[in-house]
Amino acid sequence: MNAESKYTKKDFVPPGDVKWCAGCGDYAILAQVQKVLAETGISPDQFAFISGIGCSSRFPYYMNCYGLHGIHGRALAIATGTKVANPDLHVWVAMGDGDGLAIGGNHFIHAVRRNVGIKSILMDNRIYGLTKGQFSPTSQRGAKVKTAPMGTVEDPIDPISLSLSLGGSFVARTTDRDVKHMAEVLRRSQEHDGFSMVQVLQNCPIFNDGAFDTWVSKGKEEYVLKLVHGEKMIFGLDNEKCIVRNGFSPKVALVAEVDEKDIIIHDEFATDSGLAGFLSQLNGTNGMPMALGIFRQIDHPAFEAEYRRQNAEAAATKGKGDLATMLHEGETWTL
Amino acid sequence: MNDTLRLQELGNVVIRFSGDSGDGMQLTGNQFTSAAANIGNDVVTLPDFPAEIRAPAGTIPGISGFQLQIGDHKVNTPGDFPDVLIAMNPAALRANIKDLRPDGFAITDADAYDERAIAKAGYAEGIDPFSREETLGKQVIAAPITSQTLAALEEFTEMTKKDKERCKNFFTLGLLFWLYDRSPDFTITWLKGKFAKKPMIAEANIKAMNEGMIFAQNSGLFQSQYKIPGAVTKPGTYKFLTGNEAAGQGLIAAAEKAGLNLFLGSYPITPATTILEEVARHKNFDVKAVQMEDEIAGICCAIGAAWAGDLAATNTSGPGVALKGEAMGLVMILELPLVIINVQRGGPSTGLPTKTEQSDLMQAMYGRNGESPIPVIAAKSPSDCFDMAFEASRIALKYMTPVILLTDGYLGNGAEAFRIPDVSELPELPTNFRTNPEGYQSYARDPKTMAREWVKPGTPGLANRIGGLEKDQLSGAVSHDPDNHDHMVRARAAKVANIANDIPDLEIHGDQDGGEIVIIGWGSTYGAINNKVNKYRAEGKPVSQVHFSHIFPFPKNTLEVLKKFKKIVVAEMNLGQLNSLLRAEFTVETIPLTKIQGKPFTEDEIAAVVDQLL
Repeated sequence: MNAESKYTKKDFVPPGDVKWCAGCGDYAILAQVQKVLAETGISPDQFAFISGIGCSSRFPYYMNCYGLHGIHGRALAIATGTKVANPDLHVWVAMGDGDGLAIGGNHFIHAVRRNVGIKSILMDNRIYGLTKGQFSPTSQRGAKVKTAPMGTVEDPIDPISLSLSLGGSFVARTTDRDVKHMAEVLRRSQEHDGFSMVQVLQNCPIFNDGAFDTWVSKGKEEYVLKLVHGEKMIFGLDNEKCIVRNGFSPKVALVAEVDEKDIIIHDEFATDSGLAGFLSQLNGTNGMPMALGIFRQIDHPAFEAEYRRQNAEAAATKGKGDLATMLHEGETWTL
Repeated sequence: MNDTLRLQELGNVVIRFSGDSGDGMQLTGNQFTSAAANIGNDVVTLPDFPAEIRAPAGTIPGISGFQLQIGDHKVNTPGDFPDVLIAMNPAALRANIKDLRPDGFAITDADAYDERAIAKAGYAEGIDPFSREETLGKQVIAAPITSQTLAALEEFTEMTKKDKERCKNFFTLGLLFWLYDRSPDFTITWLKGKFAKKPMIAEANIKAMNEGMIFAQNSGLFQSQYKIPGAVTKPGTYKFLTGNEAAGQGLIAAAEKAGLNLFLGSYPITPATTILEEVARHKNFDVKAVQMEDEIAGICCAIGAAWAGDLAATNTSGPGVALKGEAMGLVMILELPLVIINVQRGGPSTGLPTKTEQSDLMQAMYGRNGESPIPVIAAKSPSDCFDMAFEASRIALKYMTPVILLTDGYLGNGAEAFRIPDVSELPELPTNFRTNPEGYQSYARDPKTMAREWVKPGTPGLANRIGGLEKDQLSGAVSHDPDNHDHMVRARAAKVANIANDIPDLEIHGDQDGGEIVIIGWGSTYGAINNKVNKYRAEGKPVSQVHFSHIFPFPKNTLEVLKKFKKIVVAEMNLGQLNSLLRAEFTVETIPLTKIQGKPFTEDEIAAVVDQLL
């Protein structure tokens, strides 16, 4: 945080109304992004917000920054161009689960893999909202929605697991209800040099209300594990539960019944992909708690920086590009 | 010695080199081309690749070719049918003999005709490839190329037999140099430079080439020597460029002249990929040549870069354009500059990837949802790809619009002598970046060009939001107002229509005051039409040519020109797409002349329609 920032949240709020439904989790995300960016001390016009299509993709209109509201699924591809063209810009992408993982799934995997310096927020409500309630790639198997009246017959994508498997350099999960936690994750995301993927579990009060209640409502402590670097993985209303190893998988145990040394200690900065795979299983399924926090943050060359480096190298070895030289290169003859 | 040789002067000759990929036919063709260009012949070349990358050697699917035409005048095309066929094995002979002109001749390697090779080429058992039935009565000169090459290199004791055999293409080149009375000096210099670190290889190839020349003279296989005088060409420095190389360099030149960085977002697709490769070779210009995960990402990252203030482009072929359609609509409504190059190939669907066609014109015009006007221009020759890439950039930057440049596989892979422009001949390309925050409205238009201003994200005080939703005609804020939408749709159309005032008028090649017949074309058919029209005119026949480089909008004198002619023939490699556009726009009677075989027009095919109108 930059205590001397000359900007306030207001500087990031543009004129005009926000048009999400009352009670939508997107409001909380917008407010935290505005707050966190104001604290960076960076001028709003140094930020570029890019989106695709969907409720969450209206995000750029609600930031007093440069904004580009693109086409469905393509925000990360557009943002890749913007970031490579101008690496000095702070490029953010807002996307939904359908936008980012269904129609935009191909761009998602390649943006993570390339480690483009884009800060992405995946506003995941496990439903299509703007088209009024069809299942999305993160909807749980069996979800009864308009396009699957008898329940879906497909398993969901876990974006954390997907990102970790692609070598994601910043992978985090938070919720729209725990705004302090969200703010901290977003602050770390902004500071990260490379691609950051922040999944926000976000409630859609109209088409999928309460989808995340287990992990955001009263008594949530029983089911939520807060990942804190260097600390033991302990959770539960009375901190009575913990995570230990069971082969290559995590296992929930009672603190009282295990050797303290066996409780896994979180290491955000571990480059070990085995640990990443282990952590990705803490997603609220198979009796595991829903882990929130930063799963992984590693240093890895950013895509745009590599382009810059190669271009500088080419100019240093071949000489800065000169048109006449280019046009005359190779075999020529004069008549 | 053969004392009966005659030296015949020719206006032009078409030579096709054909063999396995290991035979070095393209290299041989290029050397012959360079030697010809150096004495001032006009030259156009075209490689012919098989669709499969490495089909089995010695079989017909494995044959690749390289055709060139040289002449003492502007030859325009790599020629319809070869006068001379160089066939390095039986499959090459069998695959190409039907194309050889009846009065032409083939040269083939007699040593390549063992039983196994003859069978691999697909000849039935017991068939003599040199029989009259198989050669269709055409002259085939079977020269012992391999054995003569080996004999020539006997003194190179350090070389393996296999390495010596690889010099047979230079032996063959020697035959041709003698036949066409060319000096080998240019190739000798080239070989010495190319193999500076392996002087033995250079010497062996030079020896093979010299022996080829001596063999041609002494063997008695050839009755004549030919000479093609230099062409009258505009003075200057020249080099060979393929259309795709020229397009890539045209984009780089445009970016330099605009003072911008070039950004090319792309995805590999035949036959467009070499544009991306060409741009990627020039990273010292701080270009960003970005190979993305798919066609959509290719154009989308280019849009992101255009927004950020680069000269952005994307290159592809028809199937890629189909995928990019939605993003093309986005960049059109955002009103950002973007060059979209479609190196057309045979369609529909995957179609004929390595063959040429002009069937994406309607796709360029209308292949998007909604009213989505995007200017369309087309290149007419390989070197024109440079000028048209530059022109597309000019229009895009000046009018804040995407521009579609249509070329095709024939132009993209074909090469011709490119007159290197003096950098000062290329115009500066002004940009309209705004930095003053006072009174900024993101969709306010310049009264003359109707273009909006370009604001780079990061510019202090000008933060604004743009998108694919309809926007207010001044502020750019999202607007669903019916009258505003009507206004914006018409404003975007008017902006593009207005470009007609900023492009060259159509020119008539032929009867300036009009007359009997005009053959209209666009894109790569220029050369074939021009050659045929020149022949008609030399015969005193009233046939003129009009060629479109700018198709949307049409040049503003189009109707005036069309009305001057009694019969309007529209020649194109599709089922009549420009023909339909002209009829719809100008309600004129036209006669379509169409061909859709994955191959360019021949002069005979033009004659088949036009002769009947005379």
